[in-house]
Amino acid sequence: MSTGKTDYKWVGTRTIRPDGHDKVTGRAKFGSDFSLSGMIHGRVLRSPHAHALIKSIDTSAAEALAGVKAVITSKDFKDQPSELIPAGEAMVNYKDMTRNVMAREKVLYDGHAVAAVAATTVEIAEAALELIKVNYQVLPHVIDVDEAMADNAPILHDDLVPVGMDAKGPTNIAKRVEFTLGDAAKGFEQADVIIERSYSTAAVHQGYIEPHAVVASVAEDGQAQIWCCTQGQFMVRTFVGQLLGMATSSIRVTPSEIGGGFGGKTVVYLEPLATLLSSKVGKPVKMIMSREEVFRASGPTSASTMTYKIGATKAGKITAVDATLKLLAGAFPGSPVQPAAMCAVAPYDVENVHIVGYDVVANRPKVAAYRAPGAPISAFGAESIIDELAKELGLDPLKMRQLNAAKTGTKAAYGPTFRNIGYQETLDAAVAHDHYKAPLGPNQGRGVASGFWFNIGGESSATVNINEDGTAVVISGNPDIGGSRASLAMMAAEELGIDYHDVRPIIGDTASIGYNFLTGGSRVTFATGLAVVEAARDAVRQLCERAAKIWEVDAEGVIWDDGHAKPASTNVGEFDPLSLAQLAAQAAKTGGPISGHNAQNVQGAGPGFATHICDVEVDPETGHVTVLRYTSIQDVGRAIHPSYVEGQIQGGAAQGIGWALNEEYIYNAQGKLDNPGFLDYRIPVASDLPMIEAVMIEVPNDRHPYGVRGVGEVPLVPPMAAVANAIESATGVRMENLPMSPPRVLAAIDAAQLRQAAE
Amino acid sequence: MAKHHVAVSINGEPVEYLCSTRQTLLDVLRDELNLTGSKEGCASGDCGACSVMVDGRLVCSCLVMGAECDGKSIDTIEGMADGEKLHPLQQKFLEEAALQCGICTPGVLVAAKALLERNNNPTETQVRYWLAGNLCRCTGYDKIVRAVMLTAADMRGGA
Repeated sequence: MSTGKTDYKWVGTRTIRPDGHDKVTGRAKFGSDFSLSGMIHGRVLRSPHAHALIKSIDTSAAEALAGVKAVITSKDFKDQPSELIPAGEAMVNYKDMTRNVMAREKVLYDGHAVAAVAATTVEIAEAALELIKVNYQVLPHVIDVDEAMADNAPILHDDLVPVGMDAKGPTNIAKRVEFTLGDAAKGFEQADVIIERSYSTAAVHQGYIEPHAVVASVAEDGQAQIWCCTQGQFMVRTFVGQLLGMATSSIRVTPSEIGGGFGGKTVVYLEPLATLLSSKVGKPVKMIMSREEVFRASGPTSASTMTYKIGATKAGKITAVDATLKLLAGAFPGSPVQPAAMCAVAPYDVENVHIVGYDVVANRPKVAAYRAPGAPISAFGAESIIDELAKELGLDPLKMRQLNAAKTGTKAAYGPTFRNIGYQETLDAAVAHDHYKAPLGPNQGRGVASGFWFNIGGESSATVNINEDGTAVVISGNPDIGGSRASLAMMAAEELGIDYHDVRPIIGDTASIGYNFLTGGSRVTFATGLAVVEAARDAVRQLCERAAKIWEVDAEGVIWDDGHAKPASTNVGEFDPLSLAQLAAQAAKTGGPISGHNAQNVQGAGPGFATHICDVEVDPETGHVTVLRYTSIQDVGRAIHPSYVEGQIQGGAAQGIGWALNEEYIYNAQGKLDNPGFLDYRIPVASDLPMIEAVMIEVPNDRHPYGVRGVGEVPLVPPMAAVANAIESATGVRMENLPMSPPRVLAAIDAAQLRQAAE
Repeated sequence: MAKHHVAVSINGEPVEYLCSTRQTLLDVLRDELNLTGSKEGCASGDCGACSVMVDGRLVCSCLVMGAECDGKSIDTIEGMADGEKLHPLQQKFLEEAALQCGICTPGVLVAAKALLERNNNPTETQVRYWLAGNLCRCTGYDKIVRAVMLTAADMRGGA
């Protein structure tokens, strides 16, 4: 599998990305930048209620408005069977999905779509929305996870049958998961110290700057074309086909450039509506979400409450962990509680682990994936309580983690035994880093935390076409969010032995390349990268065959070296090497076009581990927390393009700092989202942050020819606990609820001072 | 209602457009003039993705009405490069990988250019506060801030 060499020409260098010039000049076409001749515009009517029965919808006045071409409601979608269908990392239930894109019997959250209009102008479409009369019967609602689990809670779905547990009656608990390793009760008996704590995290949005956008065009013969910003054009094709009853072959989806996703663009919202509207009208329909719609109706990730109990010996060996995690799924089942439970203590070699998780529905938008879905939530609790345990034992928090770190051969509580992993290396690097030894001033503190994410492989297809002039085109099928085209082209250049600038990577639409699972799970550079490498090797094999033909020798007698076909030995004969360009020029005469292909379901993703160090200063007058210094250390396998690996690490840390300090969905008493905009839902701005030092540790993944591990998700796992641990270090106050906003930190400081005064 | 006839200069070229009363400058640029380099991330002046210069002043084009631009001079991302030659900021952003998804990049570049025209030797803090109105969710701002400061150093050195 390995290339057996490390003296790479392109891999590991900081090339200019192939899509870069278009993106610094405004040329690049993102979702809402696309237009078609004759195009009209769609808008969505959304529920003003958190929970209500839809008694009736009268669209007649809207349909009568001049310029309105079509109005759709759930009546225009066929109902779907309730069954769980595997869709990559997650399971989907089309019965829920059709109700999420268009409310059917009930509206289940503020912002839930109830109708959509297509009109000749945006203004007319918006005017038409106001003419649609929806007769609602408002129902009691529930927002909070523990309230949703209570016996007397308003029930969202009367027919919800929980998985993994028995229910006495109607419930909002969709699933119970349980992971057991060893015997937790026995482990606590061996412990000298036991700590038990509760934590909560707020729902946060992925916060991509580009709102969802789509143009759909259905021709008179039923052939549909869809242009949209998505993390997976094949996912859009599958879901739209299922929801609208269209054959896969009749839908062609072209992904635009994508303005951020972070997991939030792994599902459909507007795409089925625009496609249905277009099929009714016979014209292309463009739909764009406003920022308010993005917040109210897409994403976010789960809010949670958690309890953790941990025990350790005086020497610092963790003997047992018992945890209960309750994650909100939003209006339909499907929170990331399972990965949250699996990742909770995955960085540690603990013999006795018992983790129970609950997937709970409430009157909020259905959650979507957000970077390492679930892991940042459970890690906030786990990494906070481990920090507290270290303090209790008088151990340095990194030493505490070193004593318990998972290593190659450790059996994880969620099942597998780790192969070559680099967690210890991240801890050793953290201990050695000058950040960890730097002095701190008054009101300043330092925290550390670690994180784990599985990473995934998945279905991947790639084509490498050798052009007549000796250049190459790499076609793959994954939207490039953070520079993956560069890394794919670099690996192809390395394999072909040609200049990186002579390799043009493009992202195919669903009709131009074989199936690819979506951009997610930190899979693209690893898995699609592997398909690109194999496709390039297929092209190289053909190039060697052509040389053999020219030389009239057996193909086995030809090797590929530095972009040239060469005789394998002098026994084969004396021939001058033939360059890729020379072979390409003769391709027509030696057998036709040279095109390498590969399609496979890639296995062997190497897990990712990270350790972060965070310094903060806490203003004792206001509770405001300033992050002074931040260092993220991560095992990246091998960084194909170090700059974009660093970028993933830095961006994840910044999102985590936002999750830690500012970000939260705030609902009012009526269950309406109170902060659906960037002014009140405040993501970190440049002046909130310091430089973020990314330290890349390279423990190559032996299941990838270049050692690649996924790098995009684990950066978001440690930050919340790293910041909380730093605040504790600065103030002596432990924050157990996110976000750690100034009023909350101030209240905690004041409460601690009152307690001290009383003692 | 009748549309407004507006004559402006965009990236140095005379342009006339018709716009409705409710159209913002951003709507006009994107929907009427097909200058889609300026992005709409929020339409409320919070994200900076639509940053342009109007008569030498950095503004969110989503907060300026199209009808109020008559006689004004507008500079957008499409006019930043000099023909085939990228502006030094554009070049440095590529070299320093100061973009990931790229949706905020046009606005960040327009804003950064405005900063360097006022202050060719900004501190890191000055860069961070100047760009505080340009949201980026991908990069954590590290490489953006570095690219702006490196460009400033290059431009000072070359002057």
